[in-house]
Amino acid sequence: MSAEPAQAVGTPLAERPPMYQPKVSRLWWLRRRSYLQFVLRELSSLFVGWFVVFLLLLIRAVGQGEAEYQRFLDFAANPLVILLNLVALAFLTLHAVTWFNLAPKAMVVKVRGQRVPPQMIAMSQFGGWAFVSLVLAVILVGLL
Amino acid sequence: MSGPGRTRRPIEPLLWLLFSGGGVAAALVGPILLLLFGLVFALGWIDPPRYDDLHALMSNWLTRLVLFGICLLSLFHFAHRFRYTLWDGLQLKHRVITMACYGAAIVGSVLAVVLLLDL
Repeated sequence: MSAEPAQAVGTPLAERPPMYQPKVSRLWWLRRRSYLQFVLRELSSLFVGWFVVFLLLLIRAVGQGEAEYQRFLDFAANPLVILLNLVALAFLTLHAVTWFNLAPKAMVVKVRGQRVPPQMIAMSQFGGWAFVSLVLAVILVGLL
Repeated sequence: MSGPGRTRRPIEPLLWLLFSGGGVAAALVGPILLLLFGLVFALGWIDPPRYDDLHALMSNWLTRLVLFGICLLSLFHFAHRFRYTLWDGLQLKHRVITMACYGAAIVGSVLAVVLLLDL
């Protein structure tokens, strides 16, 4: 930014009071439990990123042939990768639960002029999640 | 929390849309796929799908399209949310971080296209 806006206001930049910029600690989120929960929920995004990387590794392996697919399975069976996926699963579940719980607050659905209770919207979301999970599990395990 | 210097651009609504879509996509399929490929198959509780079956399933064009949608949306969900986690959480308000987040999502999406065409 140049000094032009200040001239437009008519006050020299140096004479204006300094802009109020509250200092926020980098560790503000450690001060309260609810703050920590908020940051953990937001951090789930990092594991959504890992989920895509893991999925892309699977896609690549399947595209390369049976030997590469076996290498992917061996990679996934590495204890460190299992640990990472365990943590990622916990964060993805946290993400899913908080995401589906938020939806009824974000949308108001009306049927015949009556507001659909938020619990019903939440239940339909969780029902949809269970249904998709079940279908995927049946397809992938049923391929045996 | 909006800090000084946060920019408002016409592309911002699109980024929020991708963030929401990715939130739904990752929530619907993320946990079950990680549970199966990350734990159940990896620990040998159930035998993993045979290669030919899995290849046939994944190389179906509808599956490829769905997989592309999951990858793209989830990547932009990650980029958008992680950007604001660093911004508000760690007070890291640097343009480079924003560029790196969305840059990673774009690179990942292109990579997804290449890998899905190679199936």
